[in-house]
Amino acid sequence: MTDRGAALAQPLPVRLVGGLGALVLDVVQSLGRFGRFLVQALTYAVVPPIKVGRIAERIHFIGFRSLTIVVLTGGFTGMVLGLQIFLVLSRFGSEAFLGPAVALSLIRELGPVLCALIVTGRAGSALTAELGIMKISEQIDALTVMALNPRRYLIVPPIIAGIITFPLLTGLFDVVGIFGGYLVGVELLGMSEGTYFGEMQTFVDMSDVMTGFWKSLSFGIIVTWVCTYKGYYCGHGAEGVARATTQAVVLSSVLILVWDYFLGSVLP
Amino acid sequence: MIRVTGLRRAFGAQEVLRGLDLEVASGEILVIIGRSGGGKSVLLKHLVGLLRPDAGGIFVDGTEITRLGRSALDRIRERYGVVFQGGALFDSMSVFDNVAFPLREKTRLRAADIRQKVDEKLAQVGLEGMGGKNPAEISGGMRKRVAIARALVTEPEVVFFDEPTTGLDPILVNTIHHLIVELHRKFRFTALVVSHEIPEIFRIADRVAMLHDGIIVDSGTPEGIQGSTNPIVQQFIRGEIESVPAGR
Repeated sequence: MTDRGAALAQPLPVRLVGGLGALVLDVVQSLGRFGRFLVQALTYAVVPPIKVGRIAERIHFIGFRSLTIVVLTGGFTGMVLGLQIFLVLSRFGSEAFLGPAVALSLIRELGPVLCALIVTGRAGSALTAELGIMKISEQIDALTVMALNPRRYLIVPPIIAGIITFPLLTGLFDVVGIFGGYLVGVELLGMSEGTYFGEMQTFVDMSDVMTGFWKSLSFGIIVTWVCTYKGYYCGHGAEGVARATTQAVVLSSVLILVWDYFLGSVLP
Repeated sequence: MIRVTGLRRAFGAQEVLRGLDLEVASGEILVIIGRSGGGKSVLLKHLVGLLRPDAGGIFVDGTEITRLGRSALDRIRERYGVVFQGGALFDSMSVFDNVAFPLREKTRLRAADIRQKVDEKLAQVGLEGMGGKNPAEISGGMRKRVAIARALVTEPEVVFFDEPTTGLDPILVNTIHHLIVELHRKFRFTALVVSHEIPEIFRIADRVAMLHDGIIVDSGTPEGIQGSTNPIVQQFIRGEIESVPAGR
């Protein structure tokens, strides 16, 4: 009798328990492999040889090539915030607080989260697809049989690049967003420039900036970790790559939001 | 010398290798023939350490490699060159950079020496002046030749060819076979070629082994295999369709 035949011969409750056990084992195994993947990558990141050229190329790919979209979305996010917050504050006669409200929303929350989501869509998905195609066309195997560690070439550089570029891109997103709020609040709705920026200096302190920094740094790790993992272990053929890319974007986005809540609740 | 003993490997319920035994002598060209899906590429992946067997052993000059750690296995792999079925060229690099890659990463050669070696290797495979092209810009036959150049640039002791002529026209098939023989004569590497180019492959082989249903069913000289009395070998060589059960 085949394994499947033997399994079907079992009573239903036994089969259910068996199925549940197999599912739990599968989940635990996947989580273990997922965690080990990051630990190994971070270990290789500090143990020579460090592939500086590959890291620079990945910084260019993740960071430099995301500049336009980050500036564009940052600017419009700031403008929307400026408009909506102004409308709310004007009901209470507190328009003077528009500057700090826009700045705090961007620096603490929207900057890191939106920037990470946008970079996931632009660079994260491309990372997964690129690695997936390398996997199915045996390019990763080619590196392995050349006695080269594929993770040093393909996983470590994007993760280091993520750690470097995400905080920088988030900083840019915040600055452009604050300027967008200025355009709407000051240039369009007639607020005084001194009030917009002056109140901002009063209410925004270094702990807010650091909250945004730690968030963006951790998002950089999460996005590159998830996207490289999904590409490295993608399934067969074009369908496998497509599925891995979708999973990478969805999982990255969900983890960004979950981790954002967690950090938001523990950081000052 | 490579010796494989009792190699077993299953993927789920499907047993692909079922106690396979094989020997590859130093300096010979051993061709493994067999039907598609018979386990030839799986065997090759075990030999280069990309897969680990469920049971059995692979001995390279007496060292059992299936239980080696990464760094020890890498020392064995440094003696290998592998030509993958699809070439496995890095599509983000030019032809030149693909061939230069193992030298840049594994040796301390100066840039000028690397350039000289790569140009020499590209000339040997008939691709002089093509170094600046991208893999996507060249034909399938050229990609195979670039893959051969990349596999040989580090002057390995053992070269594995995984179906090096699949998907090529008959003239290109003979060109690649001729190239393998010529390079083998020049560099005296041990070659293990997985192929089902019958009968062309018999012209380049020192020895042929027939893999069927997860085991080697027959092996010998090309003449010996062609004269084999084993019905599976004869059926494969003649390309006969399996007998259809009566009543259908």
